[in-house]
Amino acid sequence: MEEKVIEIRGLKKSFGDNHVLRGVDLDLYKGENVVVLGKSGTGKSVLIKIVVGLLTQDEGSMIVLGKDVKKLKAKELNELRLKIGFSFQASALYDSMTVKENLEFPLERNIKSLTRAERNKEIEQVLDAVGLLQTINQMPAELSGGQKKRIGIARTLILRPEIMLYDEPTAGLDPITCIEINGLINQVKETYNTSSIIITHDLTCAKDTGDRVAVLLDGVFGSQGKFEDVFVDASDERVKSFYDYNFITQ
Amino acid sequence: MSDKTTKNNNFIAPKTDNFFIGLADAYRFVKRFFVEVWFPPYEFKEVVRQCYQIGYNSLPLISLTGFIVGIVFTNQSRPSLAEFGAASWLPALIAIAIVRAMGPLVTALIAAGKVGSSIGAELGSMKVTEQIDAMEVSATNPFKYLVVTRVLATTFMIPILVMYTDFVGLMGSFLSVTANEKVSLTTFFVQVFDALSFLDITSSILKSTLFGFTIGIVGCYKGWNSPKGTEGVGKAANASVVMAMFLIFIEELLVLQIVNFFRLP
Repeated sequence: MEEKVIEIRGLKKSFGDNHVLRGVDLDLYKGENVVVLGKSGTGKSVLIKIVVGLLTQDEGSMIVLGKDVKKLKAKELNELRLKIGFSFQASALYDSMTVKENLEFPLERNIKSLTRAERNKEIEQVLDAVGLLQTINQMPAELSGGQKKRIGIARTLILRPEIMLYDEPTAGLDPITCIEINGLINQVKETYNTSSIIITHDLTCAKDTGDRVAVLLDGVFGSQGKFEDVFVDASDERVKSFYDYNFITQ
Repeated sequence: MSDKTTKNNNFIAPKTDNFFIGLADAYRFVKRFFVEVWFPPYEFKEVVRQCYQIGYNSLPLISLTGFIVGIVFTNQSRPSLAEFGAASWLPALIAIAIVRAMGPLVTALIAAGKVGSSIGAELGSMKVTEQIDAMEVSATNPFKYLVVTRVLATTFMIPILVMYTDFVGLMGSFLSVTANEKVSLTTFFVQVFDALSFLDITSSILKSTLFGFTIGIVGCYKGWNSPKGTEGVGKAANASVVMAMFLIFIEELLVLQIVNFFRLP
């Protein structure tokens, strides 16, 4: 039987009167890419923020690598976070640091046994993997949107995570760069043997990167399965309209 | 059902409730600082970097302001003292004024404007662009790295800057005095130190430490809790300055009462 790395059951989260998640169930298996699709404001990002403990659910359970995230103490949560990579929508690079310092920051704090030379080697290796070794001494402000996304992904990869969480990896990028980022997500899965949740409203990204897609509608998953099964034979009108609208606008 | 029967969740009134909620929130923030400051990991490198940013980068502005305050205060005081034939008391008067009040106050107000606003804007911007969240998910304690280091740096550096301002202010005063009377630098400083007591110097340093802590903690609190969006960053920077200045004046008043209590008649 395939190993579950994330198991979500009956997850509910509200912000005041805004009930964002109303009972979400989702499993992520080892080595799998699951794409969570949905319109803006449907709680996709909230879902992955609960996975890393940035937010806490009101009800339901979130089991990550066999641990109930809500019940973890600060130290245990940090240990779990080291196994999870989180790529932010706006990249979230530390803008007062160079690319090298951005990558060095999590490394020197979490893997203290490395020498400076070993750290430099790791940084160069990861930057090479995302194809941006030449930007090592640049500041984030000097990078393009696509480059920032890649560096953001590189910063998470430096700690060799088991799970990757991508928050809108192609948002705000041109179509060519989107294809490159989709390729990078697949490459990360192959090279680093990660399991991923990819949050997006971009159907091309979902089709290119997802082994399975799940559509979030009104706080619950409308349908889950392979891309073709979910969209081509969609019986749910809301899923169908989401698919039609996406392709018309693209 | 009438609109008037709409559920009201306020305990007293919205503004009063928000004031007390804010107060409780600020208390928790300060308490968290005092808890986290003692436990490892200690971010020495970042504290030193912040000390450099706060101290060294404030020097030009502090120097100019301190020097001008010394000259202006001396020039303004001379006519009144000369009227009573007491112009020779100028160094003593200026020393007391600068060391007891003007030096700490002027330095703290300038630092609140320059350093406090920059801390508020920096942390606010980091929050808006999810950099603080990024730090947290990479298993780094952002409170320790961003808040504790900055508050320690302002707490260490403001007293040093105050001593520097006192010195520069007294040098400005010396220039003004020598322009009118023949007084050597040694004589000037002998009169200055004769006028100052141990209590004056220690209270000035302790007061400056309190001002430094206030500037750092207020800047960090406002930035850390900045509302989302670019407007929130501006508001955080502005609120950092206004709140820090307000608290500095309140603290000045309180410290004065305490010091006067200990001062011998």
